[in-house]
Amino acid sequence: MTTLKPVDAVLVGFGWTGAIMGQQLCDAGLTVIALERGPWRDTSTDFATGFAQDELRYMWRHHLFQNVAYDTLTVRNNINQEALPMRRLGAFLLGTGVGSGGVHWNGQIWRFLPSDFLTKSHNQQRYGKKSVSDYDLSVQDWSVTYEELEPHYDQFDKLCGTSGRAGNLNGKIQPGGNPFEGARSSEYPTPPMIQTYAPTLFGNAAAECGRHPFPHPTGNLSEPYVNPLGAQLGACTYCGFCEKFGCGNYSKASPQTTVLPYLMAKSNFMLKTECEVLRVELSPDRKRATGVTYVNSAGEELFQPAEMVILSAYVLQNVRLMLLSGIGQPYDPKTGVGVVGKNYAYQTMSSVNVFFDDKILNPFIGAGALATVIDDFNGDNFDHSGLGFIGGAYIAGMVTGGRPIEMIYTPQGTPDWGLEWKHAAAKNYLKSFSISVHGSCMSHRGNYLDLDPTYRDVHGRPMLRMTFDFTANEHKMSDYATDRAAEIARAMNPREVKLNRRTGSFSVTPYQTTHNTGGAMMGESPRDSVVNKFLQSWDVPNVFSMGSGAFPQNAGYNPTGTVAALTYHAAQEITTRYLRNPGPLVQS
Amino acid sequence: MSQRDGLDAPPPPDPREPVHRNAVPQPPQHQTNLGRRQFLFAGAVAGMGRAAAAALHDGALGGPAQTFRGAVPWAEGTADVPPSASGSGYAYFAPAEVAFIEAAVERLIPSDPIGPGAVAAGVPFFLDRQLAGKFGRGDHFYLVGPWAKGTPEQGYQSRFNPAQMYRAGMAAIDHYVGAHFPGATFSTLAAAEQDNLLKGLEGGTIELDGGVDSKTFFAMLLQNTKEGYFADPIYGGNKEMGAWKMIGFPGAHYDYREWAPRHGERVPFPTVGLKGRPGWTKSQP
Repeated sequence: MTTLKPVDAVLVGFGWTGAIMGQQLCDAGLTVIALERGPWRDTSTDFATGFAQDELRYMWRHHLFQNVAYDTLTVRNNINQEALPMRRLGAFLLGTGVGSGGVHWNGQIWRFLPSDFLTKSHNQQRYGKKSVSDYDLSVQDWSVTYEELEPHYDQFDKLCGTSGRAGNLNGKIQPGGNPFEGARSSEYPTPPMIQTYAPTLFGNAAAECGRHPFPHPTGNLSEPYVNPLGAQLGACTYCGFCEKFGCGNYSKASPQTTVLPYLMAKSNFMLKTECEVLRVELSPDRKRATGVTYVNSAGEELFQPAEMVILSAYVLQNVRLMLLSGIGQPYDPKTGVGVVGKNYAYQTMSSVNVFFDDKILNPFIGAGALATVIDDFNGDNFDHSGLGFIGGAYIAGMVTGGRPIEMIYTPQGTPDWGLEWKHAAAKNYLKSFSISVHGSCMSHRGNYLDLDPTYRDVHGRPMLRMTFDFTANEHKMSDYATDRAAEIARAMNPREVKLNRRTGSFSVTPYQTTHNTGGAMMGESPRDSVVNKFLQSWDVPNVFSMGSGAFPQNAGYNPTGTVAALTYHAAQEITTRYLRNPGPLVQS
Repeated sequence: MSQRDGLDAPPPPDPREPVHRNAVPQPPQHQTNLGRRQFLFAGAVAGMGRAAAAALHDGALGGPAQTFRGAVPWAEGTADVPPSASGSGYAYFAPAEVAFIEAAVERLIPSDPIGPGAVAAGVPFFLDRQLAGKFGRGDHFYLVGPWAKGTPEQGYQSRFNPAQMYRAGMAAIDHYVGAHFPGATFSTLAAAEQDNLLKGLEGGTIELDGGVDSKTFFAMLLQNTKEGYFADPIYGGNKEMGAWKMIGFPGAHYDYREWAPRHGERVPFPTVGLKGRPGWTKSQP
């Protein structure tokens, strides 16, 4: 095996966290190499406006997504079942290539609530001990607070040029914003997007119901913006081909539009594509990573020595690489011992369809985060006494597009085919929309990630095995929030309201959301977590694991804002404290 | 200037894998889209800034590993343009299968004055080209064993790639029809009988032979039929954008800014596809 020239840091995977960490480490003067298993991608070549609006190719033929023919994962609902491969992408749409999921995300940029970082202690204090142990929940507090992350949320907003309206500026509630949010140190860099008809109707009805509607914060920009790295973004054109697609217009924040023009020009940065990291190599005492072994597309294995290894792939790959490399103790659901793979969680999604006779909503005018939203029933923004669950959901009157294979809503009881279906499609397409109920997902003793004993990827490595199901806590939360969404829907005086509840067990189809979390969670000690608050492995301190794997459970928001803030928070500590004195940043 | 140290382009792919009745499923071929990639790779060597041919792949392994440093690479003429269906006639469906597929999709989306049926929209031709191509070979399906039926929550667990699934499914349905309606095939049944049979497949109450799970086959057929009906016309269906016109979707427009704040108004844009619309480009039929 060839050994390459050593570098200061190697980035494993090159989406949002790789790009942000690469920029931060290169600015600190380190030599950095990024290894990305997918191809190079850029706006003008790979998703230009001339052909980006192609529903079949991008959404249904998975053109930008991870190809499961070579690597997928196995899934089961509980340990008594045999896990089987997800043979086709479904519930979540994994990314690959430069920019990865940051290319085909919606651009929904949220901060978690201050109380979301204290899930265990906060709920225990307000609702009693049982509230956090019912249903075998295994929730934990984060080891970082909202206040510690706030400057880094702010950094990400300024990187993206996030469009929105502050609801809480330095502790003062602002009209028109989210009154429940944690205090922000500054207003959004750009004003909110134009609200189209359906989000406007939703907002009016929500206000009539006594709720607090506000424009969803978006990484689809309302106006042109130049970010602190000098990258320029354009104004969104509401083309309706956003999430699951690349933006041809430079108006959706992505690694391509916000970081790469700056980072690629750095002489101390290098990116290798079509290079998949097989494992992190450890010193004989297993307390130090010496680098990574990767395979390029010619099948050659190479060893890249590095002083520091940053796992910046998607959560499922980061956890798998730790398991494959022997970093940390794998979690055993039977004994409760071990931490790697523990507290895998997801997102609990449901929706309410609204049908009008007299209102033309033009659903094709959309953007990935175009919505008016209420946060009244998220996190602990409402009294859970007697409800029998913790957590919550935001409720969004959201129109991301009107792509007809995916987004035709038909009334309750309509068959899925035949003349009746066709007539319902023709009648309702322009006059219906969907309210999204985006719920939290608490962690549970039986939900976890480990290595599959049977199935292998194209390199012969064990696949990741996901054992997951929604618990009664999630179903109760989701039903409650869906009912609140239906109240708003009915207040809009439509012809019909249709509730799509989250029922039954987790299924790999249909699409729900690509918000997988946990498995490499943060905490106060190696006994209860994989990484410390700076995403540093307790066991191998020159390995850092980025991404939503660090979440001890998932809040009722899209994770990217928090993922980015955690990355900046870690980068700050690495470039200041760690480089001066490499070693554990938190004593265990 | 960006630098590159890409490896040589991989060898050419095999010609399209023929699909045989009862064929043993194979792992998907590693699609490489090679003609274009080789061309582009040569272009990069000739001095274009971008070495990027590898981007023009569909998630398949085997693109040249490349190193990028010093700048965002770019070269003209390298756009990852969509594949489009070409030619006429059927490349995948055998004549007996054509009879089945035309009859079946027309029941799924029948023709009437409200809008085109699936046949008029070109869905059978769309399906044919999809099944003859990469989708038919299951290029984004994991098709390696061991195999188990699994729970409904575990999704697609068939050994068949889509081309094999259709071939086996169509044969099994006509076999079922022959057993229950001597001398008949699906396409010769009355519409009401066809609907009953499709409902039986949809609900899984009809059991098929040949290793075909009726619900799985039906779900794939219905999904692909809707794809052909509503996808951009470049893929051979949605003829004259009739399905889009029926529902009021204006198509592949780029800029709705003017209309975003105009609530409740009909957007007067003409329907347009990726290749334009009749009267706009000469090449459009």
